[in-house]
Order: sequence, then C-alpha cells, then structure tokens
Amino acid sequence: MVLALRRLIFYVMLALFAVFAVFPVIWMVITVFKRNVDLYNPNNNPFIYNLPPTLGHLEFLFTSTSYPTFLWNSAFIGVIVVIITLLLSVPAAYSLSRLVGRWGERSGIAIFFVYLIPPTLLFIPLYQIVSLLKVANTVWSLILVYPTITVPFCTWLLLGFFKSVPREFEEAALIDGCSRFSAFLRVALPLALPGIATCIVFAFALSLSDYIYAAVFVSSTASRTVSAGVPTSLIRGDIYYWQSLMAAAVIVTIPLAVAYGLLFDRLVKGFQSDPGAGEKSAA
Amino acid sequence: MATLELRGIKKRFGDFYAVDGVDLMIAEGEFLAILGPSGCGKTTLMRMIAGLEPPSAGEVLIGGVPVTHLPPRARNVSMVFQSYALYPHMSVAENIAFPLKARGMPKSERDTKVKWVVGLMGIEGLVKRKPGRLSGGEKQKVALARSLVRDPSLFIFDEPLSSLDAQVRAMARGELRQLHDRTGVTTVYVTHDQLEALGMGDRVAIMNRGQVRQLGTPQELYDDPADTFVAAFLGSPPMNLIERDNRIIGFRPEYLQPRADGSLAQGALVFKVRIMQLEFLGSEWLIYGVLEDGDGENRLLAKVDQPVASKLRSGESRDFVVERSCLRFFDKTTGLRIAPSAAKLTQ
Repeated sequence: MVLALRRLIFYVMLALFAVFAVFPVIWMVITVFKRNVDLYNPNNNPFIYNLPPTLGHLEFLFTSTSYPTFLWNSAFIGVIVVIITLLLSVPAAYSLSRLVGRWGERSGIAIFFVYLIPPTLLFIPLYQIVSLLKVANTVWSLILVYPTITVPFCTWLLLGFFKSVPREFEEAALIDGCSRFSAFLRVALPLALPGIATCIVFAFALSLSDYIYAAVFVSSTASRTVSAGVPTSLIRGDIYYWQSLMAAAVIVTIPLAVAYGLLFDRLVKGFQSDPGAGEKSAA
Repeated sequence: MATLELRGIKKRFGDFYAVDGVDLMIAEGEFLAILGPSGCGKTTLMRMIAGLEPPSAGEVLIGGVPVTHLPPRARNVSMVFQSYALYPHMSVAENIAFPLKARGMPKSERDTKVKWVVGLMGIEGLVKRKPGRLSGGEKQKVALARSLVRDPSLFIFDEPLSSLDAQVRAMARGELRQLHDRTGVTTVYVTHDQLEALGMGDRVAIMNRGQVRQLGTPQELYDDPADTFVAAFLGSPPMNLIERDNRIIGFRPEYLQPRADGSLAQGALVFKVRIMQLEFLGSEWLIYGVLEDGDGENRLLAKVDQPVASKLRSGESRDFVVERSCLRFFDKTTGLRIAPSAAKLTQ
C-alpha cells in the first residue's frame, strides 16, 4: 500500500517535471504554425489553433531570410571545429591520463580552468588576433576561436574516459606485438569511443550555442551563424517575427536535445571518472 | 623456446629500490616460479622481463640475445595478466587472433592458428562471445590461448589464478603445468601463493625486498632454507624459529612431536611446551604451544597425527622432541643459514 502510494507520487512528480521540461518546446512548435491574426489576439488561447494553422512562416524563414545560409554556416563551422577539437583533445587527454605522478591531474585541472574564463572577457583580445590574421567577418574567425572553448572542455571530458581504460589493456597490446601508437589506436581509442562520441556532440553544441563571438567577429549576413543571425534578421526594429523565430530555434534545438538525451549517461560517467565505468560499459 | 638470463637487474623508483640486483638464469623449457610477499618486487621484475618497464641497471637476455633496450613486441614474450586483460571490444576469436594480426600475419594463416589453439584449450564454444560474458575460468583459458597462439619464446604469468575460485584453482594449476609440459615453452610464473609456486615450478626463486633470497627446487627450499626469511615464509604453517645459544634454531612443525616413552635419539632436542590450543586440519592436528623454559615467550607449532593428538589436552604441559637431523641453524644477526656446529645444545 505504502509502496503503491510512493510509486504514484514518483510518477506524478515525473510527469510534472516532464511537462515542465517539454512545455517551452511544445509552445514553440504550436506557435510556428499560427497565423498572425490568431497569435496577436490577446483573447485567443495561445495553446490551440483558433484559426487553421499555416506553413507560411516556415516558408518565409527559408525563402525570404538568410536562415539557410545561417544553417549552412553553423553546420560548416561546427564540423570543422569538431575535427580540430578531436585532433587536439584526443592526444592531449590520452597523454594526460597516462602521465604518471601528480602533474597529469594538475594539468588536466589547469586546462579545465581555461574553459571557465568567460568569453565576455576574451572577445576583445581575441578580436585583435582575428583581425591581425585578416579573417574577421568570415566563418574562419569563428573556426579559429571556438576551439578555445571546445578543446579544454573536451580534453577534460576525455581525460575521464581514458582514465577508465585500464592500462593493462595497452600493456597486453604492447606484448601482443603492437607499437605504442598502434596500442593506442587499436585498444585505447576503441574503448574510449563513447567518450569521443560525447565529445563530438558537445563540441558541436558549444560552437552552435555561442552568441558573443558570433555576433562580434562576424557582421556580414553571408557569414553569420544561426545563433547570431537569427536574432538580427528576424527582429527588425521592434517587430518580432515570432513564428519564424520559433521555427528557427526549434529546427536546431530538437535534434540536439535528442543527441544530448542519448548521451547523457555517458557524459555523467565521463565527469565522474569512475575507473570501473568505462570497463563495464565497454564489456 | 629460449633461455632467459638476468644480470644485475635493478629498478629504482625515487629513493626506493623495487628490484635490487637480481641475477637469474633460466634454462630452456624450464618452469620457474617467482614467489614472494606483495611488494617484494616480483611484479616489477616480471615487467622488466616483458619490456614494460626499463630497468635502472642490469641486462636482460632472451635466448642469449640482449633485449634490455628492446620494446616488448621485439622480445617475442607472451604474458598472461592477473586480470587477463582481454580486450573488451573484441570477441574471443578476435582476441586470440590479435597478436597474429599485430604481427601482420595473413588472414588464412591466422584462422588456422586460431583454430588450432582454440582446439588445444577446448574453448570452441566461446569464440563468438565477448569477454564480458565469460566466467573467470573461461577468461583464463582465452587469455592462455591468446598468449599461446604465436609460439612465444618465453611465457610470463602474473598470478593468473588469483581471481579464480579455490576449487577451480587447483584444477587450473594442473592444467597449466600440463600445458607447459606439452608446449615446452620457457616459463616465468609470478605468484604470492606458495602452493602454486611449489606445486608447479621446476625451480622457485623466493624474493623479498627486491632481492632473490633463495633459488632452488621446491624440495631444496622446503628442506634447506637459506635464511630465516625463507624459513618463515615457506610452509603452512612455517618453520618454528627459536633463539638458543646466540643463534636461531629452525625446525618444521611436523618434526616437533610429543616425547614418546623410552630413550631419546642421539642429539635430539627436548622442549617443555604448554599446549594452548589444538586445531583440526583434517588429516592431522595443529598444536599451538608456548615454550615454558625459554627466555621470553616463544611460541611453537607442532603438526601431529590423529592418534597422537587424541592424547593431548589444551592447558597441559608436555615434552616435545625434535630429531637432531631436522634442525636448521641460522645466524642471529644476519638470519643466514650456518652449519650446525659441534657445540652442545643446552636443553
């Protein structure tokens, strides 16, 4: 009886929380298809269609604004940033995890601190670098700058994953005839694959969600990303293109939310650096 | 198959010598067990033989060829780890084929080899499984198969049985030894379990504090320990060590017996012992006693047969006798073995 009651309370709480989490997304999705007359009438219920829904605002977003360009720029920057991040943080994290003594741990923490410096402090000096390299106003400025956020974060994340791979596997590989590098490639890397997948999603998301650098370093519409381009091109003066704004946000949010949801457990494991976690999930 | 030679091997971590000058010569096809308490340096020594750890000084020779500065892959040694270290992301068959693949053997040849070793170990039913779905004993067999598959010149075992159940372990000991006899590969077997070392090794090296204290056949080590460390380490229960006349006398508990009626044998040593406790071991009894006439409290252990034990009661005092030939003498300060002197023993 008590058990059943506790169960009930548990599911009620769960349902409440789920509604709380999904509510903004649902409201956004509903809004996307609303006609202006429907949306702007304060007497109408905002959660139902008082007038037939329309695809007009979606069409507007893709045909009359630069949103497709923003999407392409964001995707392009994201992919390149992910590649750079992996190329730098996988070797860094692996070597830090295998570094004997206290310095491995300390360097790992030092690298993580870099991530904690807010971009608002860094964008002025970074802008000087960007203009010195003559890449200001192009996507390359962001490709150059985003790794300053993603590399420390991903190195820290991967550090936990590599630490959870027991050294014995690599030693066995060495004895089985591998060189140091091929032991890393054939044994350590495949075992840290969940961590690398997590890194790809997070590096991509971090580069997508940045606003400050994107707004400051790039002013031409052709090179803007979603996060900086959408607010500037869909808010004109004091007019908000609400339905198109919501559409622009939802299109990016939902795939990312799904990816986050799938990888959440792995992420938490990476942060806990539990030595058994990697082994268990791998086995 | 090859000989293994270690010359003056040392390993220093900071100010601490984990291995402090080890010389060993292992013959072709020999099964050498390295036995010692944890922290004695046996694991470090083994890692240096495998090439996972560079020695601070000294030389390693395999088959007469110096390999001190060669990486593990160039030594053709194979190793079974304590945890087996089976690659969790590969199936059993892939695990076994891995050493061949790493050496660039063509697939058809690889398959033949894997099939041969899988048959040898009797693990045909496991090849498609992942290591996570194997029992301890199965993992051990797969690890053995993986180390066997490429005809190594030297086998290294790092406590391969320690994660098995006690019952499986006794079986596995026999199987391992049989496997060695069939393949004839020179083997170094590191363990802290004296049953394994004495039961399987052709010779046993006993290590303590980074040094080999004694090297010999199991019988030699048991009968003639080189010092008090070996005497107190080997045997369960270990040798009784008692201080008399500025030296240490040692004798095995099975040689300490209650004095029978009649005359004493020439030179036999008599102890007045108060029996503290009797412990049933199955085929025999273990007697915990305290020496009554010694200076200070000297504890003694005796192993006696069932009929003898039935006449003993805890709390009573009894005379116990050790034959002269069963006594071993050690120096009081160095702990090293000394020849029995002609000096008469006080009783």
